[in-house]
Order: sequence, then structure tokens, then C-alpha cells
Amino acid sequence: MLEVRNITKTIDTFALKNISFEVTQGEYFVLLGKSGVGKTVLLEIISGLLEPDNGHIILDGHDVTKEKIQKRHIGIVYQDKALFPHLSVQENLSYPLRCRRVSRKEIYTRIEQLAEDIGFMPLLKRKPETLSSGEAQRVALARTLATEPKCLLLDEPISSLDIQAKSEIRALLRRINRSGQTMIHVTHDYEEAISLATRIAVMEDGKISQVGSPYEVFQHPKSEFVAKFIGIKNIFKGELRNSGNELAEFVTEGKRFFILSDKESGTGSMVLRGEDITISNTNLQTSARNTFKGIITDIEMDRLSSEVTVDIGIEMSALITRDSMKKLCLRLGKEVWINFKATAPRYIEE
Amino acid sequence: MQLNNKNHILELKKPDIRELFFIAMGGLVLLFIIAPLAGMFINSSLGGLLDAAKDDAVQKSIWLTLWVSMAGTLILAIFAIPFSYLLARKNFPLKRLITGIVDLPIVIPHTAAGIAILGVISRNSVIGKLAKEIDFSFVGNPAGIMVAMAFVSLPFLINGAREGFASVPERLEKAALTLGATPIRVFFTISLPLAWRSVLSGLIMMWARGLSEFGAVIVIAYHPMVTPVLIFERFSSFGLKYARPVAALFIIVCLVIFIILRLLAENKNARS
Repeated sequence: MLEVRNITKTIDTFALKNISFEVTQGEYFVLLGKSGVGKTVLLEIISGLLEPDNGHIILDGHDVTKEKIQKRHIGIVYQDKALFPHLSVQENLSYPLRCRRVSRKEIYTRIEQLAEDIGFMPLLKRKPETLSSGEAQRVALARTLATEPKCLLLDEPISSLDIQAKSEIRALLRRINRSGQTMIHVTHDYEEAISLATRIAVMEDGKISQVGSPYEVFQHPKSEFVAKFIGIKNIFKGELRNSGNELAEFVTEGKRFFILSDKESGTGSMVLRGEDITISNTNLQTSARNTFKGIITDIEMDRLSSEVTVDIGIEMSALITRDSMKKLCLRLGKEVWINFKATAPRYIEE
Repeated sequence: MQLNNKNHILELKKPDIRELFFIAMGGLVLLFIIAPLAGMFINSSLGGLLDAAKDDAVQKSIWLTLWVSMAGTLILAIFAIPFSYLLARKNFPLKRLITGIVDLPIVIPHTAAGIAILGVISRNSVIGKLAKEIDFSFVGNPAGIMVAMAFVSLPFLINGAREGFASVPERLEKAALTLGATPIRVFFTISLPLAWRSVLSGLIMMWARGLSEFGAVIVIAYHPMVTPVLIFERFSSFGLKYARPVAALFIIVCLVIFIILRLLAENKNARS
């Protein structure tokens, strides 16, 4: 449906290098990357606001790289909403329709329809400055949807919203996508990506380093960068010793872990998600091949879960529920056991 | 906002020595501006002012000054406003040189500007000869006055409008483009309305500066007489006593118009 082919762009010190990916009809495609990695520039190239140095944008089989912005049928919604401050909500919404010379009567019907769908009927007469951030984002979305874009580009549409508005807008975006709208959403927030995406592309240093389903990207990060970026805290550099006959061993700072890997011996990183580590007060006999004694050095509480850091010679973070925290009476300085299966960690070679 | 006001009041409550010193300096500056003007009004009687207002020559010259400056401002605005937009938005080679050129009329002596303009529009110049073909002469004509006024006052419009355009977030223009607007439409529906306050202020400043021009105008046209020239003529022929009421009257007329324009501009802004 939309194909980005070998896009290259250099602006001052920053560069997009040979970016390629394809988005299929109705897909929710998330570009995940740190701020400043060039995500917005890429969106502006797709929408036609910027011209790439090299490469092509193919929309429905047509090369639109040189096509005028107005004729591309690609809509973009910015993080700061970009509502026109001198126009009322209604005028903002009718702006794209007026550009298309839609009749007054039809503009009125379409705006009413949109306001009802997106849910901001009472706001029509208001000025953008009087809207809450969530309301403004709804209006900005509706304004772009009024153009009936073939592909909707979203530039960090949720980041600047408060928690309540965040979940509302997320639900709205999902609903818009389910109605068949193809969407490309850029964000630095991996939870947002996991919650919305059908596929994720990870951007790193001006390049796309991994494309896959949220599960693939999250569970099987291809590089240390991806692992670090999506918030996996247990990343250790070390050496893999794999004889090929039995379980491989990963050695780091004098600690040995059993790890299931078909990679050859060598240096690399072991990543382990906090959710895969269990904590107990005694040394339990389980099927887990990795069991270590350590001392709790840090506890970071979240709304539902706690991240417990245990020093077993090296520090490991386990994510456990607050309920378990209470039952096990975990506190700083307490001696505990941690366990994880050899199938849990992932080895990423260098 | 409220918090700011509060801070402001707190600051005023406890001025330190430095602040008192600065306030005193500010007072002197204001006095420097106000004293001569106030003196002029104190020294001109109401009868004198009324006489000046009834004087046909004075009426004609004030009217001439107002409309010629206005016409020059509006005509040049058609060219200057799009140019200001370019200066605000685009980077191009020699941009600094060009912005420097725009400011030239402010820094050169205005009689010198008048001489320079005369070189371009006098009967012997190319433009002058062309005008002669249709039996028209800039010299001694309101059109010549207009050129002189516009020349010296144009930087006020360009600089004002440029600042206005620069303050419009580029993202709004980009959003409008992606919503299907042509670049021209974006300029008229987004950029210009959002920069309007600065543009209007630039227009008012250009007009005001044009009204008060003496040096460049007198080189090009002693007649018909614009008010600054008339004031000078009354002064050099009859003395201070006769020049003062005309000057006072002209200042009153200008002030009233500017205050009205400013209020209108602010109202419009408040509404939008």
C-alpha cells in the first residue's frame, strides 16, 4: 500500500540512511526510536513536506516522491496538534474541506459526522487555546481525517497528553485503525508501540534496525540497542561457551548462567526480561536451571508492579507484583533467592 | 499570569538603589521627549490652533500629507509584505546583505535620499523621460512626494512584517499544506492572519514615518506643500510664533489617528 524505498536524507549533522519498509492496507505501523533519531523527518518526507536526497515513496503502486503535497492523500498529525489558533474548532475542521472546494452544506454534514464519531460535538464553537490537550488532539485527528487520507501519519500523538487523555486517545486511534485506516505512528514510548502496533520498526542512528510484530521485537530484540531501548534492564556483556552437546553457558564477571542458545561460542550480550525472574525467600527445588542467592539493593514501585534489584555479584532486576512483594515481605537488604529458566535469557552476539 | 502580577507588585514594593537609579534615568528620558512637545502646546493658544485649523493652506497640506503617505504605504505594501515573508522564512545567499540594504533608508541622511531619488525620477532620467511621454512629471507632484515618503519609511513595514511572519510557527503552515491548501492559500489563510498584528503595526509605522518626512520630500517637491514643509516655510518666513500652531495642529491630527488605529488593531486582535 505504502512503500518507503531507500530513503536517504541529510540535514546538517543528522542523516537518514537508506530507510526502507512497506506498510500494508489497514496496518498500524509504529516507528519506534529515541527522540532526535529522525522519525519526524521521515514522516515529513512521506507526507511531501521534505524532499529526500534519494529514494522513493510509492503509494498504491504510484511513485509519489515528486508529487505535490496536496495531491498525495497522506495526512499528518503532529504532537503539538498544530491547530490554527485564529480559527474556531469548526473552522479548523472545515479548512481541509474548503481547500477541496466542498460545498458549504456538505462541509456542515461532514463536520457534524466527524464531531459525533470522534466525540467533541460541544467544542465546535470554541477556540483551540481553550481546549484541553486531549480535546485538541481529537480535533487535530478529526481535521486530518476530514481529508480522507489513504495513509495517516502520527507524530508522537500521545506523548504530550495527560494519563487520562492518553488512554482515551489510544482507544480512539485503535478505533480509527479498525475502521480500515492505514496508520504510521512514530513514538519513543515502547509501551505505546506494543499497545497499538500491528508491526513495529525500530529506528536507530538514522537506520531501521528491526521490523517485526511487537512480540518479535520485544521478545527477540536483534541488537543490544533494541534490548536497552525497549527497557530491558538485564543486559550483560560476556562470553558464551557452547559445546553444542548440552546447555550453553554464559559467563560474565565470574558468574555462570545456563542458557539455551544455538549460537557459537564467542562474546556478546545476554538479555533477560525482568518478568522472567522469580524471587523466593528460600532455595526452592524447581525446574529453573539458574538459581542464585543475593541481597536486595533497590526496590522501585510502580502502580501495579515493583522492580526489585538483587545483587548476586552482579545486579539483576526482577519485575514482580506488589502482591508478591507483600507475601514475601521483601525489603531492602533482605537476603533472597532468584531463579530463572535457561530458556528465559536471550543471547545477542556481537 | 496572576502569579506574574504578584511578583511584579512585590518587585515594585522593594526597589533597590539600582532600580531607583534606573527609574530616575527613565524619567529623564521621558521628560526629554515630552517637555518640548508640552512646551509647544502650552505656548500655542487655542485661538491660534483654531486659526490654523481654518487656514485653507494648512487644511490642504494636512490632507495631502495624510493621503499621500497612506497611498505610498498601501502601494508598497503589495510588494513589501510578500518580500518580508521571504525574508522571515527562507535562507538564501546574501540574505544578510539584503536585510542590510532594506535598512539603508533609515541610516542615510534623508536629504541625501531625496537627491538620490531625484536622480531616478527627474525629467532627465529614464523613468522621468518615460513619464514625460505621457505628459507626467514626478517632480512637484504628489506622486514624487509619495516616492520620497515611501523610500524613507519602507524599512518600518518590512521589518515589522518580517518579525510577524517569523513568529508564526512553521508547523502550522506545514499542517495547512498537508490538509490540501496550496502555498498561496496557506499564506493568505494562515501566515498573514497570524502575523497580522505585526504587519498592521508595520503599516501604521510606515505611514507615520512617511507623514513626518521633510528632508527627502523638500528636495523633490516644495510644492504642493506637505505639512512638514509648510511648517518649515511658516517658520523661515514668519517665525516661530506662526509655525507653532500648525505644528501643534498636525501633531494632534496624527496622534488622534494613530490612537484610533492602535485601538482598532488591538480590538481586532482581542477578538481573534
